[in-house]
Amino acid sequence: MVEVRFELNGETIITKEDPTKRLLDVIRTSFGLTGPKEGCGEGECGGCAVLIDHKIMNACITPLGNVHGKSVVTIEALAKTQRGQTIRKAFETHGAVQCGICTPGMVIATESLLHANPNPTEAEIREGLSGNLCRCTGYNMIVKAILSLVEKEGSLW
Amino acid sequence: MVNTHYPTSYEEALELLSIYKPTIIAGGTDLMVRKRAWSDLPTSFDRDILLVGQLEELNYIDRQGSNIHIGAGVTLEDIMDHFHTPTLLSEAVKIMASPAIRHSATLAGNVVNASPAGDTLPVLYVLNSVVVLESVEGIRHVPIDTFITGPGKTIINDNEMIKEIILSGHKFNHSVYRKVGGRKADAISKLSVCMIMDIKKGIIQNFRAAFGAVGPTVVRDVTIESKLIGKSLVWLDENIEEIGKWYEQIIKPIDDQRSSASYRKACTINLLTDFIKHIKHHA
Ligand SMILES: Cc1cc2nc3c(=O)[nH]c(=O)nc-3n(C[C@H](O)[C@H](O)[C@H](O)COP(=O)(O)OP(=O)(O)OC[C@H]3O[C@@H](n4cnc5c(N)ncnc54)[C@H](O)[C@@H]3O)c2cc1C
Ligand code: FES
Ligand code: FES
Repeated sequence: MVEVRFELNGETIITKEDPTKRLLDVIRTSFGLTGPKEGCGEGECGGCAVLIDHKIMNACITPLGNVHGKSVVTIEALAKTQRGQTIRKAFETHGAVQCGICTPGMVIATESLLHANPNPTEAEIREGLSGNLCRCTGYNMIVKAILSLVEKEGSLW
Repeated sequence: MVNTHYPTSYEEALELLSIYKPTIIAGGTDLMVRKRAWSDLPTSFDRDILLVGQLEELNYIDRQGSNIHIGAGVTLEDIMDHFHTPTLLSEAVKIMASPAIRHSATLAGNVVNASPAGDTLPVLYVLNSVVVLESVEGIRHVPIDTFITGPGKTIINDNEMIKEIILSGHKFNHSVYRKVGGRKADAISKLSVCMIMDIKKGIIQNFRAAFGAVGPTVVRDVTIESKLIGKSLVWLDENIEEIGKWYEQIIKPIDDQRSSASYRKACTINLLTDFIKHIKHHA
């Protein structure tokens, strides 16, 4: 019997679920974590984004088996960290949240970007968000929020 | 009943392949979309599945002599950042998809997917890449242009998998990669072009050009290329239009929802002649 072992928000998980199951279904249905959302289901929108070993990936097209031995962090756990709180405040201050459906994915994308590159240019920020769609803000407020993090909170990353 | 096989070693993967002839999943960014089902339902595969994304043995980039070996498990993001990766390949990968996709997707997956718009393919053709296939019966080295036979079609056998892709690590005097698409990231190419030229004392030593998304597979023509080798820069300057015409005859794009055939063709020829003019100025 196949066993997949991984960390989910810091907790060790050993599961016998089918490794071809979508990570998104496992996270939402088996573990009740509904922060990652299903938008397109095709890797285009970033609504389902999670961090896998600190890097953004789309849980809707990631087979469960591909996270074996890795650490998966969802918005629920990121939101409790100092970095998560800081990103949240910057988003609030800059009007980067309107309907909010894209926000968990945007926050994950921000963390992934700043983890790899604590000092991104505006162009690099836009590239870092290129897999996350927002129908409300027109992106500028989100980019400004992240620029403010780079200027004021750089040492956190 | 479809079964999932989840090997812990490359050797085990090859054994499972020979017994069950399963569908291989690496990053899953093509297959999980093509075989998607509604939320919470199993994915709709019709054959057994072999997951290989977890095999650390295939996660390497090595230099051997003048060649770069990229293991089938390396993700596009890791390829992009690696110091052994040829600049042309880094450039192509950098403007592919989005960070989330690049963190999962593999080069081997892009090659087997064999999409006419596959963005790494023109680069792999220009770098004379060789696909290394392995099964329990042995290893085969297949040049990329023999490996891919049509849209979505390759010569891989159902008991084989890609072990690695070998590409030339040669540094060219002049090289360019261009992708024309809707949005920069996340857009399926309308066309993509990769070209290189080596010049020594005003004489062309080496010229290669490959065009993606302008035909059922990548277009590269070694007969045209060989006509330029040994020629002078003066000759090149006088024959820019002529060279454009040679390529016009072999580029046969189609109309589709992404772009028209005539736009694709004009754009391709312009990119080619711009490259040559640029060389003339910088040689
Ligand atoms: C939102 C989105 C955007 C995209 N943007 C682009 C883009 O800009 N440019 C582009 O070219 N592509 C793009 N793609 C397509 C895709 O991401 C790439 O083709 C990627 O390289 C596929 O790699 P993978 O590992 O995810 O493949 P998988 O889905 O795992 O597999 C793809 C194919 O390769 C086979 N395969 C994988 N590994 C092996 C192996 N070792 N041996 C034998 N067969 C193997 C599989 O059986 C399957 O047939 C995009 C996809 C999505 C979802
Ligand atoms: S739901 Fe996963 S990217 Fe859109
Ligand atoms: S705030 Fe509504 S989609 Fe981004």
